[in-house]
Amino acid sequence: MISVAVDIASVLIGLAMLLAFWRLLRGPDIVDRVIAIDTLYINACTLLLAYGIAGDSALHFEASLVIALLGFLTTVAFAKYLLRGDIME
Amino acid sequence: MPEAGPARRPLAIDADREFEALLLATIVLLPFLLMLLPAAFERLRLSPALGAGLVALAAALPLAWLAPAVLGGGTVLASVEWVPVLGLELAFRLDGLSMLFVGLILGIGLLVILYAHYYLSDEDRNGRFFAYLLAFMGAMLGVVTSDNLLLLVVFWELTSLTSFLLIGFWRGAAEARQGARLALLITGAGGLALLAGVLLIGDIVGTYSLGAVLASGDAIRADPRYPLVLALVLAGAFTKSAQFPFHFWLPHAMAAPTPVSAYLHSATMVKAGIFLLMRLWPALAGTDAWFWAVSTTGLVTMLFAAWVALFKHDLKGLLAYSTVSQLGLIMLLLGLGTPYAELAALFHLLNHAVFKASLFMAAGIVDHETGTRDMRRLSGLARQMPITAALATVACGAMAGVPLLNGFLSKEMFFAQTFGIGTAQWVWLLPAAATLGGLLSVAYSARFVHDVFFGAPAGDLPRKPHEPPRFMRVPVEILVVTCLLVGLAPALTIEPVLRFATPALLQGPLPEFTLAIWHGFNLPLAMSAIALLGGIGLYAWRRGQGALSRDHAARLSGKQLVESAMDGLREACAVLGDALERGGLRLSIVTFLIASLAVGYAGFAGTWPEATLSPGGVPAMTWVAASILVVATLATVGFHRERMAAVVAIGVVGLLVSVTFVKFSAPDLALTQLLVEVITVLLFLLAMYFLPARSPREGGVARRSVDALLSLAAGGGVAALTYAMLLSPPDTISHFFNAAAKPEGGGYNVVNVILVDFRALDTLGEITVLGIAALGVVAMLDGARLGGPLADSEGRPWTSQRQSLFLQVMSRPLLPMALLVSLYLLLRGHNLPGGGFIGGLVTATAIVVQYLAWGTAWVDQRLTVRYLAVAASGIAIAAVTGLAAIGVGAPFLTSTFGYFTGPVVGTFELASAMVFDLGVYVAVVGVVLAILATIGRQHVVVDKA
Repeated sequence: MISVAVDIASVLIGLAMLLAFWRLLRGPDIVDRVIAIDTLYINACTLLLAYGIAGDSALHFEASLVIALLGFLTTVAFAKYLLRGDIME
Repeated sequence: MPEAGPARRPLAIDADREFEALLLATIVLLPFLLMLLPAAFERLRLSPALGAGLVALAAALPLAWLAPAVLGGGTVLASVEWVPVLGLELAFRLDGLSMLFVGLILGIGLLVILYAHYYLSDEDRNGRFFAYLLAFMGAMLGVVTSDNLLLLVVFWELTSLTSFLLIGFWRGAAEARQGARLALLITGAGGLALLAGVLLIGDIVGTYSLGAVLASGDAIRADPRYPLVLALVLAGAFTKSAQFPFHFWLPHAMAAPTPVSAYLHSATMVKAGIFLLMRLWPALAGTDAWFWAVSTTGLVTMLFAAWVALFKHDLKGLLAYSTVSQLGLIMLLLGLGTPYAELAALFHLLNHAVFKASLFMAAGIVDHETGTRDMRRLSGLARQMPITAALATVACGAMAGVPLLNGFLSKEMFFAQTFGIGTAQWVWLLPAAATLGGLLSVAYSARFVHDVFFGAPAGDLPRKPHEPPRFMRVPVEILVVTCLLVGLAPALTIEPVLRFATPALLQGPLPEFTLAIWHGFNLPLAMSAIALLGGIGLYAWRRGQGALSRDHAARLSGKQLVESAMDGLREACAVLGDALERGGLRLSIVTFLIASLAVGYAGFAGTWPEATLSPGGVPAMTWVAASILVVATLATVGFHRERMAAVVAIGVVGLLVSVTFVKFSAPDLALTQLLVEVITVLLFLLAMYFLPARSPREGGVARRSVDALLSLAAGGGVAALTYAMLLSPPDTISHFFNAAAKPEGGGYNVVNVILVDFRALDTLGEITVLGIAALGVVAMLDGARLGGPLADSEGRPWTSQRQSLFLQVMSRPLLPMALLVSLYLLLRGHNLPGGGFIGGLVTATAIVVQYLAWGTAWVDQRLTVRYLAVAASGIAIAAVTGLAAIGVGAPFLTSTFGYFTGPVVGTFELASAMVFDLGVYVAVVGVVLAILATIGRQHVVVDKA
């Protein structure tokens, strides 16, 4: 039962990743690309969770924890760069 | 000196021997250990010379204690292992020869210190001067007492280095700097040659121990490598003792303060080459090659330098060339190779040290009191400074070989040694050359005395001359009285000294000799007479012709040759550097790729591993991830001129690589990669602020096509290698690590055990490289002020809101949570994914969040540690952990582990590798923060638009 759920989730996440990546490639604005990579980070985080559930592994969970804890930093830095130029003023 | 004979203490008692060995080592090491004492005295407003003098006296005390044993014919030895693998020992020997030299170095050293106290003005940093002087003294004592040839070379090089510091002591003067550099270059190169020669000797004999080497003279002379050994050792000795054609550094070394000239460049250091040949005489001398090489060099040097000395106008220049000439004379005696000639060489060396040191001091006094050393301006000083004039005249008499002075005796011995050398029709040559050398030395001595002290009073001296301070003259007086005593009563003064020192030199019985003022009418006496009368005649004649006061245009000099060679080298390096470094990375990368492709093709072309594995089915999600990875990589290339978009695209590449690592069970790599991704993006953005948003198109279509082809070939090669490796049989080294990690490293996490245990040396090297990189970034950017743009790439002004409140609020709770996670990752690293690298990255990233949210000023105010110091202490922790292993007798970086049981926590494991990992953690935190924060602090508002 759970494996079927994970399979379905994987397919959905994969689809989400492809769409987000498409936005990243197309743009048109740089802001679109930044939001796309942020989405990709979240997708990767959930994908690892899905794998972790399927394989009953704590290690996947930790990797997604690190993404959740610090992955947003990239997006923040991009945003700060676009708004102020200097990210550590 | 204490008396020899029955007072000699028994050497058989071990405790006694140990004490003597300790005393011997003290003589050499004390000047080094206490070299800062003069500087301390200077701080305390005491005379630094007093400090230096006390150290020299303190070093002389153990010598006085050991003297009876050595005078009785014994040899005091001391040795401690230093680098046993190389055969290098801290081994010292005090026998007759070395004791004589130790006495010379300490005795003249004390006089020079007293003299320098008056010579140097208070503006000079005298503490520094005396510290250098003590270091030199220690090095010189080391040279003459080393019982291990490698150790001798170490001290030998130390004398070159300290001499460099002393010659260049007045660093404001270009002459001093050039002279110092020249001396270091020539004597340093000679030192390298000597090292090579010593290594060969060690190879022939099987040990570097002096006793064994001296006993193996026959084996060394019979070895086919003997000519090479001899050439290398002689290169060392000739450069150090300023023999032609390497003599030219010595005159330029006269830019040194005069006490240095008196000490290093007449009495001690330039004698090191001669000492070396004396020391190795039993091992190397006695062959035709020795005879011809050493005696010819000595002869040419003696005559050439004496001739040049006659035409120098600078007092110290004259003395320098006369020193070179006298060293040539001693070298010639060494070359003759008979025991009696060795004895004469030793005798003349001592005499020369005494009279030449006093002459340098006298020249220094003249310079000090009149303000010039130019003999064309000096004249008639005997009226104003009669005592100095008398002292200098006596010393010059000794140099010229006037009877009743010490120089006369050794010169007579020299003359007597020149007979009977060579075949019948050439037998007159050497005595004639010796007489000519003597004649020239009389001429330049006469010039020194007559030009400076006699004749009409000088008209245009910078200062009004008068006698120097009373005690400035004392060292000169002591030395001149020594000249007289030795000259008048040789049998009472110098003969016993020579009797006990010479056997150690020869490693054999003492030749029959008597020292007397009067040997009857014989050939040497006639030669002396010719030299004296002829020399005075030559001086009078050349002076009458005005030849001595003419300017001799500088011809091609050794200094110019060396300097143009150095310039040539520098230019060649610049040309090579320009050829390799064109101001862009393309050439380097192209070279690297072509080389890799060539090597890869040569190694792998035509081979294909036996595919034991076949590719399995690939799930759909893997296809999705892989295609995103590939397209993102291509997108990075496509976006490369639009820098921001390229950074975003490469961020996707990093994210997917991390996910791939998770998928294929490499959680350590995945965590590291994720964190490095974040930090890399921050680094890009920090730097991009100061750079244009778009990069120009580079090169034409042809160049870009070549680049594309090369990239495809290189990428294809890597892909092929990876594919081949994935399909090849899985019997790789990783099985060893998997099997050995737990039993040998005490951890279940193989990656971490490899990092901190199996390959800990690599890790130590890596964090050191990281530290150096951080140091480089800080060194280049710290304090620099770069201007950033006032608007973004589209020309829109930046938003006025500096910080985001949302980010600030959220960053507060994030810090403790992230620190907890990093601590957890660090501690469990030995058994589960984590460790120093990952923990350090998490900590650093968490602190970087604070920088982003609050700005550099805010964080720097609250976090006042210096990140470079943090990085350095991390490296230190790791290194000390490794050294602790040596402390318990295991090889560097050996780790150990054990299990402990405690309340609450139960049984847990502690491994020394965990301390090492802590060092890695601290180093990583320091490095990341040092680099990011330094770049982050660059911002100043300057409108570039």
